[in-house]
Amino acid sequence: MRARLDTRSGPTRRTFLLGGAVAGVGAVAAIGVDAAASAQDAAPSTPLNGEVTVPFHGIHQAGIDTDAQAHASFIALDLRPDVDRDGLRRLLRTLTDDAARLTRGEAALADTEPELATAPARLTVTFGFGPELVARAGARAPSWLRPLPAFSIDRLRPEYGDGDLLLQIAADDPVTVAHAARMLLKDARAFTTPRWVQQGFRRAHGTERPGTTMRNLFGQVDGTANPVPGTTAFDDVVWAREGWLAGGTGMVVRRIAMDLDTWDHLDRPGRDQAVGRFQSTGAPLTGADEFDEPDFEAKDAIGFPVIPEFSHLRRSRPEDPAQRIFRRGYNYDQTPPAGILSDAGLVFVSFQADVDGQFVPIQRRLDELDLLNQWTTPIGSAVFAVPPGCAEGGFIGEGILS
Amino acid sequence: MNTRPLRFGAIALLATLALAGCAGTTAPAPAAESASFSSSDVWVKAADDGMTAGFGELTNTGDTDLTVVSATSPATSSMQLHETVQNEAGQMVMREVEGGFVIPAHGSIPLAPGGNHLMFMDVTSPLRAGDDTTITLTFSDASSVEITAPIKEFAGANENYDGGDMGDMDMGR
Repeated sequence: MRARLDTRSGPTRRTFLLGGAVAGVGAVAAIGVDAAASAQDAAPSTPLNGEVTVPFHGIHQAGIDTDAQAHASFIALDLRPDVDRDGLRRLLRTLTDDAARLTRGEAALADTEPELATAPARLTVTFGFGPELVARAGARAPSWLRPLPAFSIDRLRPEYGDGDLLLQIAADDPVTVAHAARMLLKDARAFTTPRWVQQGFRRAHGTERPGTTMRNLFGQVDGTANPVPGTTAFDDVVWAREGWLAGGTGMVVRRIAMDLDTWDHLDRPGRDQAVGRFQSTGAPLTGADEFDEPDFEAKDAIGFPVIPEFSHLRRSRPEDPAQRIFRRGYNYDQTPPAGILSDAGLVFVSFQADVDGQFVPIQRRLDELDLLNQWTTPIGSAVFAVPPGCAEGGFIGEGILS
Repeated sequence: MNTRPLRFGAIALLATLALAGCAGTTAPAPAAESASFSSSDVWVKAADDGMTAGFGELTNTGDTDLTVVSATSPATSSMQLHETVQNEAGQMVMREVEGGFVIPAHGSIPLAPGGNHLMFMDVTSPLRAGDDTTITLTFSDASSVEITAPIKEFAGANENYDGGDMGDMDMGR
């Protein structure tokens, strides 16, 4: 597990740098100028992150195995009643063209603010299909494409649930995300109505090394057990193998409210016990490093398990190795009502080939017992089938629409 | 590339002359204007009926100016080449451009909302967002090109419509 640290620090295979050659010329030129010349005349020695692009086209959609960008908008749309299979084809052709252009750092066709499209900042646009879209396409939905079973801890609000078409728009720059979202929504307007929008953030680009496991707003290292993109373990967990979804995946989006006020009541040892990991390092209570394997057998001086039975780590760890998921969530911290300090939480996002086989068993165990449930409440839930990527000239969803 | 030259008559003629060994005694026939034309990012505003417009960038890779003299599309009974100019009252109005669109040698001209555009005068079959339509441009030498253009919903370019009809907003469906 430690070996992961090395593979995590590099850019994912989808990422390449634009403008590297230009920056190199600038750097050489800068050496030649008088030392008195001001640094502001020299070209930056590294390319701007705003110039970095993630290829849109490929076997898989981007935005899944892409190292998570700093900002994301999740937008669920409902299809208008009159949108049929041909309407879906027209919608997805248009949105695919928009996404392909915007992720290259080009304006979309008919873009009224093309100046906002020039800094892609690793922009990705990922499309997910709800059950209604698949039905209107006349395709057979995977058996897990439906609302998750009801969990006792859920306090679901309809304004954060379900949807026919999901857009996950992510980049290292919030202006880029806003422009891409606006462009896509304009082109979806004739076919869809917005159902819900959830915005999230992680550390800003450049604040931490790429691949650092994120921390949620409880301060916890969140996502340590993730399989690493580029490994067979990741491929096995994430990518579907059969039918029109081959090369795609299943996506769960849940809005988890986190009660920062009651979490404040808990002292550091209590927090560590609730999770089964040290808040300081993310290491299991039986280890020293974030990626140390937890020792569930270890007992303390009086015979209790070091990693408590009720801890999130123990409860979420699958007994069956097939029950694994890939998490790619974002924090949220939205404007609270007057008199309230915080309205914060996690836009929980997981990708897995089989939602029923991989996600649901884990969530059932957490529903039955997980001390963290005292401070967290699921308030939104949605499941989408994420179709495979497309080649240049193709469009997302062509497998069921053409 | 979404441009397809339709007429290669002049080029074919030149090739025939060359093959016949007559090139030395015959002035070379000029290539068709369409051969030095290209277009990019051409799109058409969605409309169920009435008027709408097409936009994009028209490029001339040749050594002499190119003139687009007319345009047609199967989606409209007639099409005009429009410019947007200020009238005596100070209002911006569109009108048919005199002499067509001149694309300078090795240059480009933009067709954009609020500027020059290809005016669909009377849409006969609905132009629905996400479909493609075709536009045929004819040059002053009668050569022509066919352009495939995606249709997009667009809230602007309202100078093309009778004012105040907000029903246009949903026309892309």
